Amino acid sequence: MRGWKPAPHVLLLLPAFVVLAAVVIVPLLLSLYSSFTPFRLTRPETIYEFIGLRNYIRLFADREFWAAFGRTVLLLTVALNVEMVLGLFLALLVEKATRGQRLLRTIMMFPMMFSPILVGFQFKFMFNDNIGLVNNALQSLGLTDQAIPWLIDGKLAFTSILIAEVWSSTSVFAIFILAGLMAMPKEPLEAAKVDGCTPWQSFRYVTWPFIMPFAYIAMTIRSLDIARAYDIVKIMTDGGPAKRTEILWTLISRTAYSDARMGLANAMAYVAILLSILFTVMFFRQLAKARQQIGAEW
Amino acid sequence: MATVSLKNLVKKYGSLEVVHAINLDVADREFVALVGPSGCGKSTTLRMIAGLEPISGGHIHIGDRAVNDLPPRQRNISMVFQSYAIYPHMTVAENMGFSLKIAGRSQQEIASAVADAARTLGLEELLERRPSQLSGGQRQRVAMGRAIVRHPDVFLFDEPLSNLDAKLRMQMRTEIKKLHAKVQSTMIYVTHDQVEAMTLADRIVIMRDGHIEQVGPPEEVFRRPATRFVAGFIGSPTMNLRDATVDDGRLRFANGDTLPLPGQFRNRVTAGQKVIFGLRPDDLYPTGHGIHSGEAADVHAVEVPVSLTEPLGNETLVFAEFAGDDWISRMLNPQPLRSGDRVELSFDLSQSHLFDANTEKSLRG
Ligand SMILES: Nc1ncnc2c1ncn2[C@@H]1O[C@H](COP(=O)(O)OP(=O)(O)O)[C@@H](O)[C@H]1O
Ligand SMILES: [Mg+2]
Repeated sequence: MRGWKPAPHVLLLLPAFVVLAAVVIVPLLLSLYSSFTPFRLTRPETIYEFIGLRNYIRLFADREFWAAFGRTVLLLTVALNVEMVLGLFLALLVEKATRGQRLLRTIMMFPMMFSPILVGFQFKFMFNDNIGLVNNALQSLGLTDQAIPWLIDGKLAFTSILIAEVWSSTSVFAIFILAGLMAMPKEPLEAAKVDGCTPWQSFRYVTWPFIMPFAYIAMTIRSLDIARAYDIVKIMTDGGPAKRTEILWTLISRTAYSDARMGLANAMAYVAILLSILFTVMFFRQLAKARQQIGAEW
Repeated sequence: MATVSLKNLVKKYGSLEVVHAINLDVADREFVALVGPSGCGKSTTLRMIAGLEPISGGHIHIGDRAVNDLPPRQRNISMVFQSYAIYPHMTVAENMGFSLKIAGRSQQEIASAVADAARTLGLEELLERRPSQLSGGQRQRVAMGRAIVRHPDVFLFDEPLSNLDAKLRMQMRTEIKKLHAKVQSTMIYVTHDQVEAMTLADRIVIMRDGHIEQVGPPEEVFRRPATRFVAGFIGSPTMNLRDATVDDGRLRFANGDTLPLPGQFRNRVTAGQKVIFGLRPDDLYPTGHGIHSGEAADVHAVEVPVSLTEPLGNETLVFAEFAGDDWISRMLNPQPLRSGDRVELSFDLSQSHLFDANTEKSLRG
């Protein structure tokens, strides 16, 4: 080894590369490889058996997988839209506040500070059909006299999960949109007033185009979040009842650990990642377009 | 008829009153400039007229409508902002046509109005550009275009030229003047630049600390400033203003030097009265290098030392020491002068001003 003398900068960066390779690249490659094997945790030697694309081909015919896939996309679509509308509303309200805006902003961020697992438990308790707050409140108010099976009925369970998601993450939208509102120059709004705009028209033609890029950033972040959603669903319903709320990552973890079919689970995971990439690319395109529209310099 | 009238108009921010019960009547088609130092309440006044700032007291009428509580969109006004306030996400054409689109006009109508305005302002080539692709001067034109397409009753300008360089500013000044001649609308123009106010306006309103000091045509505020403040604010270079005491038919300055009491004030002051003496650099010139406007007998000559000169080519500003202080004088057909040279200065006292030292009001009456 004597004649080999790397330049000092290479030498200095080497440890970082080694660590990165060990913790990121190797596991990534390993999992990608294992998606081409019938690897089962219970039979470690199966990892050496190469079966090509068989796992992927199986997935394409797997109704359960596509049901979970579809449910994830549905959850993503509905949650993003609801969060977008609520977040916009919240941001507009907070921006109007002349006093205590700082405090309001902090309060608004509270849900984001909870771990998703905690949010899951909290809503599992609230939606419990016997002792839950929601049924209790509904019954006390006389709105219903029976226990609504929130987490037991498939549709209601999905809605309950949606509510938990929305509660925990609407503030992501609110905060990005609020940032946009606060960064927005005030003069064009005044010009719009003079040009004859009603408050709604000012919003529609001036404010909205300006905050759109900020909304798209929030959408990108949240679409990745929801495409990876796991904790809340795991805690609240664990994919039940009868797999009616099974989403991609609960299915993947079940396949990997309960069924011990690691190879298949990894194949699912890679398909799921494609979904995330798809959404990211889509929202980034929109973001670029919206930014160009307002001539943003960032 | 688009007169604008302000009656006892007051603006308060919390307990801080920034505009104190001002009164102003702007005639139909008149060009009025609000001028004054930064922070004197010009923009606030203009924004109250526009409806962008709620008023704290008094009345605003546009035409014969009281507009106190009307939102801007119901006042039929246009405003050009200092920062232009162009919509960044719209093309030039969309910017200019926006108000018409909001008013629900047809595509055709909008297109022809925009084309008209673009022709007036030389923007035809730029209609499809976005604001980020325009220079400062072009953006300024777009802002003006946006204001003129809707044929408002009143145009409001808030320092529209202050972000342009000197050359462009002069060019746009001329264009605004042409525009006023063409569109024949009432215009209220805010500026801190007295030259802009003088060159553009039919009448100038000089504001100070939320009060109106004087209203009048440019000629009048220049020739007959009502207060010491107006005298010092209008005119460039600024008027020479010095404290003096009336003493035995003469004006005695702090160091004991004297000048004859100008004839026009002889019966308006009493002995011992503290006054402020004012004389424009135009009326104070090295003998033979200026023109007296009144009687030759009213010109008083004093020999003084030169401290500094500023040659401007066709004229030279001479700073010369009199009564313990440098006075600015304007030398036409300039001769080379150096500091330390002695020069005879002609004081054209018929053009001088006197203000009471306490009230700072003109003693001309
Ligand atoms: N939103 C505000 N809150 C408190 N004071 C203000 C506000 N806007 C302006 N002022 C004060 O009002 C005075 C007049 O301001 P302005 O009309 O902008 O002056 P200018 O003559 O330079 O246009 C200033 O002293 C300014 O500090
Ligand atoms: Mg101002």
